[in-house]
Parts: sequence; C-alpha cells; structure tokens
Amino acid sequence: MDLVTPGFGLIFWTTLTFLLLVFILKKFAWGPILSAVKEREESIDNALKSAEKAREDMKNLQADNEKILAEARAERDAMLKEGRELRNQTIQGAKDVAKAEADKIMASAQEQIELQKKAAMTELKNHVAALSIDMAEKILRRELSDAKRQEALINEMLEEIK
Amino acid sequence: MHRNIFFSLLLLLPFGFLRAQDVEIEYSADDTAHNSNDLHEDEDINAVIMHHVSDSHDWHVLDWSGKPVGISLPVILFTNEGLITFSSGRFHHDDAGKEVVEVKGQRFVKYHEKIYLANAQPNANGVYLDFDEDHHPTNAKPVDISITKNVASLFVTALLMLIIILPAASFYKKNGSQTAPKGMASFLEPLIVFVRDEIALVNIGHKHYGRFVPYLLSLFFFIWIANMLGLIPFVPGGANLSGNIAFTMVLAVLTLIIVNINGKKDYWAHIFWMPGVPIPVRILLAPIELVSVFAKPFALMIRLFANMTAGHIVILSLISLIFVLDSIWVSPAAIILTLFIFVIKVLVALLQAYIFALLTALFIGQAVEEHEHH
Repeated sequence: MDLVTPGFGLIFWTTLTFLLLVFILKKFAWGPILSAVKEREESIDNALKSAEKAREDMKNLQADNEKILAEARAERDAMLKEGRELRNQTIQGAKDVAKAEADKIMASAQEQIELQKKAAMTELKNHVAALSIDMAEKILRRELSDAKRQEALINEMLEEIK
Repeated sequence: MHRNIFFSLLLLLPFGFLRAQDVEIEYSADDTAHNSNDLHEDEDINAVIMHHVSDSHDWHVLDWSGKPVGISLPVILFTNEGLITFSSGRFHHDDAGKEVVEVKGQRFVKYHEKIYLANAQPNANGVYLDFDEDHHPTNAKPVDISITKNVASLFVTALLMLIIILPAASFYKKNGSQTAPKGMASFLEPLIVFVRDEIALVNIGHKHYGRFVPYLLSLFFFIWIANMLGLIPFVPGGANLSGNIAFTMVLAVLTLIIVNINGKKDYWAHIFWMPGVPIPVRILLAPIELVSVFAKPFALMIRLFANMTAGHIVILSLISLIFVLDSIWVSPAAIILTLFIFVIKVLVALLQAYIFALLTALFIGQAVEEHEHH
C-alpha cells in the first residue's frame, strides 16, 4: 500500500532539513537559551542560598541578642539585689553605730547628770549646812543675848544631851 | 454526484452557498472505472480521503467551478540524463498518466502521484503507461526528489521553527540571563525547561543528559509544529507531513542511530550476553534483544504515523458523512463531531511530540546507563 511505503523524496528532504535544523538551532538557539536558563537558575539558587544564610545569621544574631539581653537583665537584677543589700547593710550599720553613739551619749549624759546631781546635792548640803549654821549662829546670838533664855537653852540642850 | 476534496468543503460550507450537488469530481482513483456517473460513492470518498492523507506533487487548495485551484510545486527528478526540474503545473492536475511532460528529450507522466517515464504511444484509455495484472504501472521511474506538498510543508515547519525559536534565543543574547523572559522567550522557556527536566534529565540521568537536550528539543518542537500544521486545513497547512511514514521513519532511524552509537558496554552486554541469567537463556535472549533494538524505533515510527494519519482520516470521514448521506442537513452534526475530533487532535499533536521525545530519551537513557549491580 502506498500509505505505508516511504517515498525516497520525502526521506531525503526530511533528513536534510531536520539535521540542518538541529544544527542551526543547537548553535544559535538551544545553546544560548539553555546556558542562559542554567545561568539564571544558578543565580536564583545562589540568591536563595544566600537569603537562607542571611536568615540563619539573623536568627543567630537574634539568639545572641537575646542572650546578651538575658545576661544584662541578670546582671541588673544582681546589681539591684546587691544595692539593696548594701543599702540595708549601710542602714543597719548606721543604725548600729547611731545606737551605740546614742547609748554612749546617754550613758555619759546620765553620768554627767549623776555627777551634777551629786555636785548639786553636795553644794545644796553645804549651802544648807552653811545656812543652818548661819541660822543657828543668828538664833544663838539672839538667845544668848537674853540671860534667861540662855539659861533655858542651856538647860534644854543639857536635857537633850542627857 | 457530489464529492470533493476536504478543503473546499471546510472553506465553503460555513458560507452556505455551496450546494453539495454542484461539486464535481476532482479526483478519481481509477481512471478506467470511475469515469461514469454510477460509480460507488464510498469508493470515491475513500479515494478523496486517501488522496488527502497521501503526498502529492501540487498543493491543492480547493475546487472552484469544477476546476482545481492550488499551488504548483517544483518537480525534481534524477534520470539517466541527469537532474531534471519542471513545475508540477505542467501535468495540468492530471494524475492518471494521460498528460505527458517533455523535458530535455525525456517524457514523463504522473500516475497516482508517482512520476514514470512515458510510453511513446497512449493505450486505449489514453494512458501512456503499461500495466501488469494488478494494474500497477510497469514503466521505469526516475528518482523523485520533488518538492511535494509534504516537502513544502516540511520547509514551512522548519521555517516556522526558526521564526519562533531564533527571536527567543536573541532575547537571551540581548538581555542576558538575569532578565525575566518576555514574549516568545516566555512562551518557550517553560517548554524548554520541561523538555530538559522532565524528558531528558529524568530518563537519561544527570551524567549524560546535557548533550542530548538540543536534539530532544529540536525533535519535540519539530514534531509538534509539523503536527499542528497538519491540522490547519489550508495553505500553509493541510499536508499530512507527520502522518507520512517517510517522515516518521527518518526520525525513528535517527533515534536508532543516536541510541546505538551512544550504547555503553552495559547496553551491549544486555543485548548479546544478558548478565545474571544461565547461559542457555542468554543464547535465547540475544536474538530477542537484537530484535528489540529495531522494534523500539519501529514502534516510534508506526505510532506517530498511525496517530496522525488516523486523525486525518477520522476528520475527513466525518466531513464526508455529508456526502455519503447526501444531505446538507447532516452538516451540523458532522461539523460538531469534526470539531470535537479537531480539539482532540490538537491535544494529540502535542502528546505525540511529547511521547516521541520521551521515548527517544528513554531509549538513550537505557543505552548510556551504567549498572552498578550484577
């Protein structure tokens, strides 16, 4: 049958045309297109990779930041705690010192008061003694000016002594 | 009587002014039997369909007022006297061996789209040929490398490929690789990447696929465009190029050659001395494997040929229903059915190109594969 008998003319022209076409297209089309596509794919690949890397870096950086932040926070807390302790300590110390001082002052004031009291008492005693002597002297003088009275007094005194 | 070539129908039917009865016989398969009006329609329509799916020396477009209208193509012949060329128009659309063309003292007639050296005198039917009992001409045939309809269609295919693909390539040359593709390049790039990744890379493997990609790309686009051109029912389409066995044979033979010159040691070992099986089985397998070397491209050849030719025949048959049933009222159904087949054919055009390229890649992959096992 004619339909399944290949004709020589078409075989000849198809071979010639197709091989020529393959040659031309390979040289002027497929080569440049394929290399351009490959190049672009590679550059996209690289871009994606570097983006991935940047993201990784960013993540690391963020983790670092977090760490630093946590450290800073811990340090701050520690400092605050230390400060609080120091303050308390200082206050306590000051209180202690003040108390001691106050006690000392009180003690010395008490001592002073005691001394003053004693001195005052002594002075008062002396004064009273002097006054009584004075008074006694005056009274004596008056009593002794009158003979009767002198006698009476002497008698009284003698009575007392007895 | 009402039959005609497919083209005139498809062109004229939509306009509605063609009455089927007006159409004259343009082509008759057998000059002696088919001259009377009482011939069988089936046979005639058969002849019309066969004429359409076969090659011819002039590019018939339509019939107008009973006269064929078409493009004459150059006839190129190798004879004992050397190269002879003339226009196919000089046969005056005769295909029955009745019109003699005399060039450089040699006389030629065309009979069933084959060119023969003519007898000095016509026989009783006016045919310048001698026939054997089977009604086959016995005259000598010069080597015919004419630019037939299919060859012209082949050139159109090649030209279209260059027109489509070269500008896309120049886009990359102009814009470098870092610009997003535009225009034709953006159309072609996904296809190119598909052929490279899904046809070549998958089947041939990473190591060898690169050097086969240009061939597979050419093959894929060549078959696709040839198929699509065959679907266009008028010039520059309408030829049944990719449904011609010569065309598919050339591509299949190229696949055969490429596969076998790239065959590695393992490939040949698997053909002639199958590893891993007992020696008697190896002896048994060798001829079978040897046949498969040729059977694979043979199947490629038949698959493309049969697919495209069958599609053309189905479309023509559906259109011919109008003339077989002798009624213009059949045309809506016939046209809807034809449209349906047409749409399928558009898919098949791409599918067959894909399958041909895919199987070629698969065979190449089997040839270059290096086995680690056994």
